[in-house]
Amino acid sequence: MNQARRLPELLVPAALVVATALLGLAVSSYLQAYFLDTLIKVAIVVGLYVFIGNSGVVSFGQISFVALGAWTAGVLTVPRDQKLAIMPGLSHFLVTHSVGNLGSLALAAAVGGVAAFAVGLPLMRLSGLAAGIATFAVLEITNNLLTYEQSIGPGQNAFSSVPQTTGIWQAAIGALICVAVAYVYQRVRFGRMLRATREDPAAAAAAGISIYRQRLLAFALSGALAGFAGGLYVHLQPLGVGDLYLDLTFITLAMLVVGGTGSLLGAVVGALALNGIYSFFSAATNTVNVLGWNLKVPAGTADIVLGVLMTAVLVLRPSGITGGREFSLPRRRRRVADLEKARVPT
Amino acid sequence: MIVGFLNLTWPVFADALALGGIYALMAIGIGLVFGVLRLVNFAYGQLIMAGGFALAFGSQWGLPSWLSILFCFGVVLVLSLLMEQLVFRPLRTQSPVVMLVATFAVAFLLQSIALLEWPLGKVAGQLAVWQMPWDIGGHPIRKVAVIAIAAAAACLVLLQLLLTRTPLGLHMRAASMDFRTARLLGVRANRVITGAVLISGVFAAIAAVLLSVQDIQITYTFGLQDTIVVLAGVVVGGMNRPIPATLGGFTIGFATGLLGGILPSNQSQYLTSFIFAAVIVVLLLRPNGLYTRAGGTAERV
Repeated sequence: MNQARRLPELLVPAALVVATALLGLAVSSYLQAYFLDTLIKVAIVVGLYVFIGNSGVVSFGQISFVALGAWTAGVLTVPRDQKLAIMPGLSHFLVTHSVGNLGSLALAAAVGGVAAFAVGLPLMRLSGLAAGIATFAVLEITNNLLTYEQSIGPGQNAFSSVPQTTGIWQAAIGALICVAVAYVYQRVRFGRMLRATREDPAAAAAAGISIYRQRLLAFALSGALAGFAGGLYVHLQPLGVGDLYLDLTFITLAMLVVGGTGSLLGAVVGALALNGIYSFFSAATNTVNVLGWNLKVPAGTADIVLGVLMTAVLVLRPSGITGGREFSLPRRRRRVADLEKARVPT
Repeated sequence: MIVGFLNLTWPVFADALALGGIYALMAIGIGLVFGVLRLVNFAYGQLIMAGGFALAFGSQWGLPSWLSILFCFGVVLVLSLLMEQLVFRPLRTQSPVVMLVATFAVAFLLQSIALLEWPLGKVAGQLAVWQMPWDIGGHPIRKVAVIAIAAAAACLVLLQLLLTRTPLGLHMRAASMDFRTARLLGVRANRVITGAVLISGVFAAIAAVLLSVQDIQITYTFGLQDTIVVLAGVVVGGMNRPIPATLGGFTIGFATGLLGGILPSNQSQYLTSFIFAAVIVVLLLRPNGLYTRAGGTAERV
C-alpha cells in the first residue's frame, strides 16, 4: 500500500522522460539532436541529485566522473584501426582491447563508481565549504590529467570516430535507468538514512547512522550514474576535455537547484526546463517556427536568456520550481514543508 | 640565485610574490563579503573580467592610463553594487548553496554577455609598459611585479587600519562574527553589507588592473581560473577570518607562481594537479583552515 502510494514519485519523472523522447521522435532529425542532448542532461542531473539532493552537501566533482565515463567508453569503442590515428600516445593495453556499445556503457558506470568511491573515501569526511572546495579540486585534477595524459585518451583533441550509438532510444532508456536507480535508492533504507542526515545530522548520528558511510555510498552511486551518463554522452557526439569541465558543472548544478535540489522530480524538471529553453533559443538562431510565427534571434541569445532565467528563478523562487517536493496526488496530505533555514533576517 | 639547481631566480621569486599579492587582494575581496553575508561570490572573477575589458576599451579609445584605470574602477564598482542590489539582497536569507549557485548564474550571465559582445580585448598603450623590467640589484624584475607587491602591501595595511580604527570596520568585524547580535546592538545591516561589497569591488578593480597588465589578452574567461584558485586558497587558509583568508590566498598564489617558474615545462603542465592535490591534503588535515586555531563551529552546506 505504502509502496503503491509512492509510485507517482517514480512514474511522473519517468513519464516526463518518455514524453521528451516521444517528442524527439516526432521532430526532424536536425531538431532531434536537441532532444538527445536534453535526455543526456537529465541523466547527468539525476546522477548529481543522488548525492547532492539526498545528502544536502554540494559537490562540484561529479562532472569529473562524467568525464571518466566518457573517456572509458570512448577509448574502448573507437575502431582498432583508428585508435592510434586519433590517440597517438595511447597505451598498448588500450589499443588492443575494445568492447561493444553496452559493454562500454557498463564499464563507464563501473569506472565512474569506483573512481567516486576512491575519491570519496577521504573526501566524505569533510563537510560544508571544505567539502565543496575539495570536490572542486577533484574536478580540476581530473581535467588537468585528462588534458595531458595522452596514454589514456585523446588529450586535448576531441574524441572522434566513437560509434554514435546514442539515438533517441538509447538516450531515453539511459535516462530512465538513472531515474529508476535514483528512485530505488531514495526509497530503500540507505537513502532514507542519508536523507535523515540531511535534515538533522546530530539527530541522525544519535540514531546510530554513520554520516560518513552513507555519504560515501551515495557519492559512489552518484559517480556510477555520472560515469554511465558520460558513456551515453560520448556515444552521442565527439567530446573534448573542455566539454566536460566548468561549464557543464555549472549548468547541471544550476539545473538541479532551479528544479529543486531536494527531489527527483526537481532534478528532472530542472534539466528539462533549462535545457529545453536553451535548445529553443539555440535552434532559433536558424529560425524556428512557433505557431505560424517565424522567430529568428542573434547567436548567443540562448546563453544570455539562460543566465537571466537562472538568476531570476533563484531570486524569485530560491527553493526551485518544485520547491524540493516530489509529485504527490492532490488529495493526499502534503509532506511537512522544509523548515526555513533563515540565517540572516532582513 | 637562491637555489640555483631549481632555476629559481630573483625575477621568478618576485613574480611569485606578486602573484601571491594579487591573490591575497582577491582573497580579501571574497573573504569580506563572505564574512558579512555568508556568501561565496563566485562571480568575483567576472568582476575582474569586466575590469579587464574596461581597461582594454580604455586603451582602444586612447585614454591616458590613469583615466582607463579610473574607468575600470567605475565599471567594477557599479557592477558590484548592481549584483548586491539585484541578487545578493533578495537572497540574503537563503541557504549558502542557493546563494552560491545564484552567483554561478550571475557569472554565467556576465560571461555569455562578454562572449557575445566582445570576443577579445587587448590592453595596450602606457599600461603595457609595466611589462618592462627594472634593474634592481643587477636582476631584471618586471615593473608590474614591483607595483603588485607594493600595491598589495599598501592595501593590506589600509584594510587593517579600516577594520581596526574606523566605526565601519568595527561594524564589519562585529557583523562577520555574529550578524544577528551585531544588528541587535545597532549595526546597520545594509550599510555594513554595502560597505563590504564596495571594498571587495575596489580590490577586484585593483586585481583587474594588475592581472590585465600581466596577461594583456582579455577574453571572456579572464580571471576565472584565478578566482577558482583563490577560492581554494581562501578556504584552505580559513574562510571565517580576514587574515587567515588573505594568507591562504597569498600562499596559493605564491606557490603557483613559484612552481610555475621553477618546474620544467613537461612537469609544469601538471601544476594544477599538484596545487589542488595539496589543497585536498590540507583540507583533510585542517578542515577549518590552515591558519586558524583548531576548533570551530560545524556548518552545513
